Amino acid sequence: MSAVPTLQVEDLKTHFFTRAGVVKAVDGVSFEVMPGEILGLVGESGSGKSITGFSILGLIDQPGRIVSGAIRFKGEDITRLDEEKLRALRGNRIAMIFQDPMMTLNPVLRIDTQMVETVRAHADVSHTEALERAREALSLVGIPAPERRLKAYPHEMSGGMRQRVAIAIAFINKPDLVIADEPTTALDVTIQAQILYEAQELCRKTGTAMVWISHDLAVISALADRIAVMYAGRVVEAGRADDVIARPIHPYTHGLLGSVPTRNQRGSRLIQIPGMTPSLLDLPTGCAFAARCDRAVADCRLEQAITAPVAGRRVRCCRPLLEQVAP
Amino acid sequence: MSVAETPAPHRAPAVETPFRRFVSEFLESRVAACALLMLAVIIALAILAPWITPQNPYDLAQVDVLDSRLPPGTKSTSGTYTHWLGTDGAGRDLVSAMIYGLRISLLVGVMSGMIAMVIGAVVGMTAAYAGGRVESLIMRVVDLQLSFPAILLALMLIAVLGKGVDKIIIALVTVQWAYYARTVRGTALVEARKEYIEAARCLGLSSARILFKHILPNCLAPLIVVATVQTAHAIALEATLSFLGVGLPQTEPSLGLLISNGFEYMLSQKYWISFFPGLVLLITIVTINLVGDQLRDVLNPRLKR
Repeated sequence: MSAVPTLQVEDLKTHFFTRAGVVKAVDGVSFEVMPGEILGLVGESGSGKSITGFSILGLIDQPGRIVSGAIRFKGEDITRLDEEKLRALRGNRIAMIFQDPMMTLNPVLRIDTQMVETVRAHADVSHTEALERAREALSLVGIPAPERRLKAYPHEMSGGMRQRVAIAIAFINKPDLVIADEPTTALDVTIQAQILYEAQELCRKTGTAMVWISHDLAVISALADRIAVMYAGRVVEAGRADDVIARPIHPYTHGLLGSVPTRNQRGSRLIQIPGMTPSLLDLPTGCAFAARCDRAVADCRLEQAITAPVAGRRVRCCRPLLEQVAP
Repeated sequence: MSVAETPAPHRAPAVETPFRRFVSEFLESRVAACALLMLAVIIALAILAPWITPQNPYDLAQVDVLDSRLPPGTKSTSGTYTHWLGTDGAGRDLVSAMIYGLRISLLVGVMSGMIAMVIGAVVGMTAAYAGGRVESLIMRVVDLQLSFPAILLALMLIAVLGKGVDKIIIALVTVQWAYYARTVRGTALVEARKEYIEAARCLGLSSARILFKHILPNCLAPLIVVATVQTAHAIALEATLSFLGVGLPQTEPSLGLLISNGFEYMLSQKYWISFFPGLVLLITIVTINLVGDQLRDVLNPRLKR
């Protein structure tokens, strides 16, 4: 493993300045991804995981903007790049896969058109050459008869097939980093399993780093090398996937893992996290989870971030679950 | 609507392209199918005018003033033609004059429609893309434009520019571009928020490419509908201007001018000079509007069955 992480996010803050007030969608997020590594970014809806993804691509629209922090892509801070240089990175060095494959391909353009333009937007190659790369990319993600698929329109393909095409488009320029925003949420579990396998294979083969955004801990635990759990715009716990799953230290992660239904729990009540995610407009001081946490004490409401003393982990909690075993 | 009433057209298991589905949906309505056929006939007549008309109404050698105002079905004094629909005040065979008039009416309508569409599309896309002050400015100009009565604006422009086919096209374009601009901007704003545009931005494509290659083709459906309706409007407007005597010159009579020419003879029972061109104008406009209506029904996603 090389020493320079592909992506290093440091204390990233992306805020939206709305009429109702400042929405702190991302409020001090830090993580890093090494080449070939898959980082699972987990959290509930509205925890800021997608906004983190868009911040990395520099695609935060008005009224939002990156307020502070650094996003280092192969050592270079890309929050300071101008639009032209960012555009050269997007789709080329950093690619994105979206949630709904029904929506992310242009309905009026054929697959080959969409793939060829992605290649030619970044590389000075002929149409034939670009088409050849498109064919390669399609077979790489396990699409049978790529020749025929290239000539198809998106509506002629199933959801799983379209998502494979979307993944092929993401990988077509051999990017260093792929951000996947819940790419399997809209798919059947069987298709999901295939897509997960393809994604892992691709990262291993090409050395591409990946940030896999999901709310589904089961998917993340099967896929990711490392996990970062987000809550209310912050990473509350980060560490190696196996460690975090086997032994969650933050009460929120613990609750999250307990909420995943398994067949052993049939008939019994799932562990529920009481309450709702706090409004990002009006976050409490101190730990944002304190109001829902059964372990919360007065100290939790103080403005501080404590790093738990466990090797290889970062935990934002003053009363971590150090003594407990797996849920 | 019951399922049994609308038998799905089971054709050969051909590949269903969006275009084929569009065609089969369009032809589901018999009225629309007839209108489309009629429109094809009208266009064919206009294009083939020099080859199918018995007389060239612009060629003074073929027109005899002695033949003027002949009722329908009479033979010309020279005995060369039978004037099935009579002749006008200048002795022109009405069938020929009408087909040539149709040619000019359609030419003016389609040309101004196309030019206005291109201008409107570019302006509308620019507004949608630029946003902010540029968009506000453009859309206020559009509002201002649309608040003027079209006929008044066209009259003023013709008064300034003078007569002629090119002048009237300029006037019609000026009156109509705003409709296209408003439609395109509205659709483009909706399309731009869709995820595939976000995805295209993530691919690092240039703004111009996203705008014209990704957004514009998705705005075409409403644009086509507006274009059909506006072309019919343009033809009607041109006829009105010509009727008022400020449109086309006497040497190139459009349908409106033919109606105007016959108007003075209306009270002396010579109805045909105005009546038949009026009928053709009516059929043309109704036909185009019927086709436009069906296009709107088929292309509107909200009315999808």
